[in-house]
Amino acid sequence: MAKIGIPRTLAYFTYFPFWKTFFEETGHEVVVSPPTTRAIMDRGVKEAVNDACIPIKIYHGHVAYLAGKVDCIFCPRLVSVRRHGDFGTETFCPKFLGLPDMIRLSLDDLPDIIDTRVDLKKGKNELLNVYLEVGSRLGNSKGEISKAYKRALQVQRDYQKILCQGVSPPEAIDLVLGDGAGAGQPRMRGYDLKIAVVGYPYAIYDSYINSGLLNILEKENVQVLTQDMLSDKVLNRQARTLPKDMFWYFSNRAVYGALHYINQGEISGVIHVTAFACGPDAMVDRLLEIEIRRRSQLPYLSITIDEHTGEAGVRTRIEAFLDMINYRRERR
Amino acid sequence: MKISFPHMGYSYIAFKWLVENIGHECIVPPEPSKKTLDLGVRYAPEFACIPFKILLGTYLEVAEKGAEIIITSGGMGPCRAGYYWVMHQYLLEEIEKNVKVIAFEPPLCDLKDFWKKINWLRVSGGLSVKDFLEVIKIAWEKIKAIDDVEMYSHKIRPYEVNRGDTTRALWKALEMLDEANNIEEIQDAKHEGLKLLGNILQDKSRNPLKIGIIGEIYVVLEPAANYYIQIMLGEMGVETDRSIYLTSYTRKNTIINLEGSIFEVAKPYLKEAPIGGHGVNSIGETILYAKHGFDGVIQLAPFACIPEIVAKSILPSVSRDLNIPLLTLFIDEQTGKAGVQTRLEAFVDLLERRREVKSGKFERLIV
Ligand code: SF4
Ligand code: SF4
Repeated sequence: MAKIGIPRTLAYFTYFPFWKTFFEETGHEVVVSPPTTRAIMDRGVKEAVNDACIPIKIYHGHVAYLAGKVDCIFCPRLVSVRRHGDFGTETFCPKFLGLPDMIRLSLDDLPDIIDTRVDLKKGKNELLNVYLEVGSRLGNSKGEISKAYKRALQVQRDYQKILCQGVSPPEAIDLVLGDGAGAGQPRMRGYDLKIAVVGYPYAIYDSYINSGLLNILEKENVQVLTQDMLSDKVLNRQARTLPKDMFWYFSNRAVYGALHYINQGEISGVIHVTAFACGPDAMVDRLLEIEIRRRSQLPYLSITIDEHTGEAGVRTRIEAFLDMINYRRERR
Repeated sequence: MKISFPHMGYSYIAFKWLVENIGHECIVPPEPSKKTLDLGVRYAPEFACIPFKILLGTYLEVAEKGAEIIITSGGMGPCRAGYYWVMHQYLLEEIEKNVKVIAFEPPLCDLKDFWKKINWLRVSGGLSVKDFLEVIKIAWEKIKAIDDVEMYSHKIRPYEVNRGDTTRALWKALEMLDEANNIEEIQDAKHEGLKLLGNILQDKSRNPLKIGIIGEIYVVLEPAANYYIQIMLGEMGVETDRSIYLTSYTRKNTIINLEGSIFEVAKPYLKEAPIGGHGVNSIGETILYAKHGFDGVIQLAPFACIPEIVAKSILPSVSRDLNIPLLTLFIDEQTGKAGVQTRLEAFVDLLERRREVKSGKFERLIV
């Protein structure tokens, strides 16, 4: 039995229910780093190459937090999770591709890193193969692995279902993993308006790096809709409306999400959460701005997060954005 | 049709010839200047990489001169370059420039599209298939010859007695190549050019430092984007080698191509390839330059270049393990030539001192 560390960032918000189920069913213990804190971020900023974007730095911080507390760290190398895009070559941001190596060479005294390569575009059974490798590295038998794998798939499916009901990933994770005690208290009254919030899950759902953006919106009585609350089928319909798909899984999802909500016509605006100096987002952000203007009259707000984003700053910008929406509504 | 394309080093000479001989009018892209960059910066997203901004600036300049079509390359990721043309088209439309960007996606990805575009180029120019193939063959010879003379100039320059002789001879050689119209003339011009370069007054007693230039393709290939770094270093008496030429993959005798797959070389440090741009190459090439006794390596990268940031986080380990000094120059719109020069001089000083200590010529004063 091994203690397996999982950093609470990057792909965590997308795949954690699967990961946790798989490792526990194969008899291991899962240790998740806590939600991002100042200390975790500072540590990451210190350890990571200084030109990296803030999410990658924060990932370094989470790994550093886990080092010394666990037997190994699960940092799969995400290369592709489906065959998608104009040439079927959709992948992840180059920093994801190099992530295990960056960590290994930037941080000292690390435990074993499980950096199994995930390249699912290769074929139907690839995901099982990935976990056969992960499991055998941990000393599990084929039988144990297959059983755990099936269970994990089931939990992940349940997770998707909950997300599609409009629950945000952190809450859905609590719900699906059985610890839903405090989550999802029913609201007493309806929302005033709906806003689409798109961007990378690790930017939207990490309330430390975005200074509590979702909470601020909730308090303003705004219902938040994100790309993660939509099924792949719904999202992918938007692909045809663009000249060319982007190459990156998370970027495509963010773009499709925004376009879907616009098309559906229930939202009053779009907020794009983007990381300072993020490579793909230089494209994503301008593409969204242009497409949203061409397809609708909705206001668009881009919020950039970095080490110095403060709550006051985010709050002011959100308030101004909401004021503008309300002003437009009244004039109509 | 008035056709233009991105400016990359001296390759415009061959591309201009190609466009004209297919039967179109060529709007030659100007060498990127401060104005080009300013234009690009004004209309590009803030965090777009420098090549994106320079290309956008170039497109605006050629649009001003009447270009109707811009031909460029596409790509399938993982980095942004393959998406450049889409964004460029969006941005050109936004500022109401009536230019169409036509991108050749890699034929392996979409052969049909590739042929469709090639065919359109040929037919609209009025060439037969046979003539078209001939024209392409000649243009390719031209690119190779251009690369040959440039490569040679970097070998000669550190020995030149009169500063600037090499660069002047290179220009002469390029002019001759510019005027060549068939394979024979190209061969002649090339030999003439190489002879011109070889005949420069040289001081062979010098023992130049050797520096390998690695990094992202555009800033490595476009001297105007890297402050003419190879010329600058050559004039400081340093010999430089770079792996990236438009024709490099056809070459067998260059250092980088000698060793088989660069991805295999990089593997002990980076287990994934490709990661976009020249990220993996930068690591592999540093290893090879170290093994071939180079004194140092300079990494050229656009500011916020994703793969080069990955490389940069790994390169310090390579540099330590193989004992080869490394200088990373991130280039953005604020980088000034003077600053680059100072950093280069300091780096060259460091390499010189290291070499003296190594060869025992130099006694440490402080023990
Ligand atoms: S997509 Fe952007 S934020 Fe995410 S790792 Fe890449 S550069 Fe960083
Ligand atoms: S390799 Fe660097 S310069 Fe090229 S597209 Fe990617 S980020 Fe931009």
